[in-house]
Amino acid sequence: MRDLTDRALDTAAKLGATYADVRVIRRRDESIAVKSGRVEGVAMGETDGFGVRVLVDGAWGFAASDNFELAEGDRVGALAVRVAKASATALRRPVELDGRPPATGKYETPVGEDPFKVPLESKISDLVAADRAAGGVKGVSFTESVYAAHREWKTFAASDGSFTEQVITQVGAAVEANAIEGDEHQRRSYPDAGGGYQAAGYEYIRGLDLVGHSEPIGEEAVALLSAPQLPPGRRTIVLDPSMLYLQLHESCGHPTELDRVFGTEASYAGTSFLTPDKLDEGFMYGSELVTIVADATAPGGLGTFGWDDEGVEAQAVPLVQNGRFVGYLSSRETAPRVGRRSGGAMRADGWNRIPLIRMTNVNMLPVPGMTLDEIVADTDDGLYLANNRSWSIDDRRLNFQFATEVAYEIKGGKKGRLFKNPTYTGITYEFWRSCDAVGDEHSFVMLGTPNCGKGEPSQTARVGHAVPGARFRNVQVGVGKW
Amino acid sequence: MVSRPNRLASPAGATTTRGNAAAAGELARNASARDPGSALALAEEVLGRALRIGATEAEVLVMAGDSALTRFANSEIHQNVAERSLTVSLRHVVGRRIAVVSTGRVDADGLRSLVHRAAAIARSCEELDDWAGLPAPIEASSRAAVSAWADGTAEATPEFRAEGVRAVIAAADAVGVTAYGSFSTDAEAVAVANSAGIRSAENRTSSQLLTVHMSPDGGTGYAEGVSMDATTIDAAAIGREAATKARAGDRPVTVDPGDYPVVLEEYAVVDITDMLGYLGFSALAVQEGRSFVEPGRRIGSELVTIIDDGADRNGLPMAFDYEGVAKQRVPLVESGVCRDVVYDSQTAARAGRTSTGHGLPAPNPWGPFPLNAVMSAGDTSRDDLVKGLDRGLLVTRFHYTNVVHPKLAMITGMTRDGTFLVERGEVVGPVRNLRFTQSYLDALAGVSAVSSSRKTIRGFLGAAVVPALRIDAWTFTGVTEF
Repeated sequence: MRDLTDRALDTAAKLGATYADVRVIRRRDESIAVKSGRVEGVAMGETDGFGVRVLVDGAWGFAASDNFELAEGDRVGALAVRVAKASATALRRPVELDGRPPATGKYETPVGEDPFKVPLESKISDLVAADRAAGGVKGVSFTESVYAAHREWKTFAASDGSFTEQVITQVGAAVEANAIEGDEHQRRSYPDAGGGYQAAGYEYIRGLDLVGHSEPIGEEAVALLSAPQLPPGRRTIVLDPSMLYLQLHESCGHPTELDRVFGTEASYAGTSFLTPDKLDEGFMYGSELVTIVADATAPGGLGTFGWDDEGVEAQAVPLVQNGRFVGYLSSRETAPRVGRRSGGAMRADGWNRIPLIRMTNVNMLPVPGMTLDEIVADTDDGLYLANNRSWSIDDRRLNFQFATEVAYEIKGGKKGRLFKNPTYTGITYEFWRSCDAVGDEHSFVMLGTPNCGKGEPSQTARVGHAVPGARFRNVQVGVGKW
Repeated sequence: MVSRPNRLASPAGATTTRGNAAAAGELARNASARDPGSALALAEEVLGRALRIGATEAEVLVMAGDSALTRFANSEIHQNVAERSLTVSLRHVVGRRIAVVSTGRVDADGLRSLVHRAAAIARSCEELDDWAGLPAPIEASSRAAVSAWADGTAEATPEFRAEGVRAVIAAADAVGVTAYGSFSTDAEAVAVANSAGIRSAENRTSSQLLTVHMSPDGGTGYAEGVSMDATTIDAAAIGREAATKARAGDRPVTVDPGDYPVVLEEYAVVDITDMLGYLGFSALAVQEGRSFVEPGRRIGSELVTIIDDGADRNGLPMAFDYEGVAKQRVPLVESGVCRDVVYDSQTAARAGRTSTGHGLPAPNPWGPFPLNAVMSAGDTSRDDLVKGLDRGLLVTRFHYTNVVHPKLAMITGMTRDGTFLVERGEVVGPVRNLRFTQSYLDALAGVSAVSSSRKTIRGFLGAAVVPALRIDAWTFTGVTEF
């Protein structure tokens, strides 16, 4: 591998690159899809290739190929330089990178039971059993269950002498029950609508106990068909971790991406309301109970690694400290512009994409004092919302609206009847400032999403979120005409 | 548009089939975006290997592509990438046991590994009770062939894209605003060979230039051009359109949420065709009971006609789907009434029909989708659409839309990049962006005028050809701060 990386780096340097890096990546993905008890698809995918990123005259260029012949290293290195020179024809602010020591070493996800060595028949059997348990509930129209395993071998080499090797392994699974009657379509899922995912081995899948949770979600999907529509109003809401993680993702993770702040995602995903002046002034993002950290070292997270895709070592970066906005997700290019060093958040979706600032594991820290059950018991009149069903937020990450699969009414500290089609909406900082209770470590769970979209050409990131449950006051619920 | 059995070479790329004697490595090297014949030869080589080791049926999909994208922000090029890739995907069937394996490793060892892994996985799978077999070639169509290829796109250089970007930036500079966007050029060869006799190969090109212009006084404007031929995209005109709108959007005011009649520009209308295609116009959605479609059901006003047509020269033509089946022209809505949905081979078999050529790459638990939506033009000029509003809103585009209720096609999202208040038929000024929570079916029912001109817009389901619409009522449920 050294031959190829050296060849591409040397070619780029000879043609004028002042900095260059190469990522050589091999990916292996395995998935099983079960629908209504039938195995709909078993798929295995492999892709490998390399990407060369160069700086020429302060402008970026990138080229990639899946051909590992040494001569291709020359072609791709040269093409990256040519692309950079084209970039330089429309350049106003030459790129400057922060200093960092050359990165060297190896990292590997701790894995208990290698998911790629567990017999396929066994994995299919586990998933089919869970799916059929959900589908066996009277009134369930159809079920969908998925299992996925992902492994990535990544070598990073840079013109400053950096050379790292990493092996990342991640797994996930979900069971979903759907009940349909007339115009009503209700869904319940476990552990999360898109699946519970962690950087781990098959032991994580076994620990989910999919079968044990399947029948209850089937029953609840059917029960929702006859549940009352959630009426509009301003209510106290308690968010289960299965909803809170996505609230965190959309309304804190994305707006703290420093490339968005500087406009480089404006044409697609948008920008951010968390402008640098808010960092300087110590903007109150949330209540004092709200502390959020981007932690690439968190065990089990989809955003856990040894080094990011610029060779910056994994670290924990505070974003919100006791409600106050204190930091960004950043890169070597962007961090110096706010007087900081890179927080190590540059991540690329494979060999054929450039690294962008992405979430690592954006986690909301638990607060000692109350378990999630005790927060419910402490709530006289409210709603308990679980499992996201729909998400939307404006392009500066202020006005959001989420729907969940289910709302349980809370009366006198107890969860009671169901409401269907629950929605809630608000303005990001008003919402987080209304947080008046955060669960302790007993409800703190690592969740995440393997499909966070950003960039052009589009990239999908696998990001983690460890969250407890939390309570929010005076939130608008029941949006729209029903 | 080509739609004839057993094939389907594009007019621009003659299909030639080599014997299996050719070395796999040579086939892989030859399989380029420009040469669909070589892609088909590679597909046939893999097909032969699969059948020789015991597949009772097999299908091979080869995609060879050259993609490049020049991205700009803050009126400078900040990301600039180029990629060459080749993927081979094998659907390997043994009786009723099916596996799908894909790889980017296409040397002899890679292909040998591909077919052996597929065979091993297939042996581990459960039987699919209602497996209907791979699709066979269908009868020839008398429709004229449509080229999907333009040399102007395939030969686009980094310098060509940079020139277009500079024209966009110049239009922004001229009015004191800043440009953010991207200019992409893509060329690919797609080939499908299966054991039932399908031999389809075609090369395709596409290009998109989009920009968001942002004014220091708060206005933003959007414009987009999509074409098979990048040389037909008028970058300066796109820049001027966005610049004019950005300046018109300066100093927006807040209007209260509520029901307003609206004029939706094409950039917003594409979200309607995409969402309805995703939620309803798929045979799988109908078969699972989650679609709003019932043949003969009125869902739109008389002015609404939507077809899916892979041969429409205004869109991005496709001769066949990812199962190699020739694309049929499918009327989805005619004069407001549901007519049909799109099928792949499996959903067609369940319905006792033949595929309409809308299959996605296997494994595909999501079902077929219309990827070439074409909405009929009306007879109202763009100016008269607005003149018909007594008091309403002119909406340029939507942002981050998502499904709140699938069977009602209730969607939430934000307006973005140009929202204006209209009174007595005149635009009176810009307004801050609003959130909507709106049934897209109710929206179609409320269409009162359709523009006589249309645009080709890239959505999340391919490229659509759509007009602008005037709609009697649109439910806005919130407002943001910009």
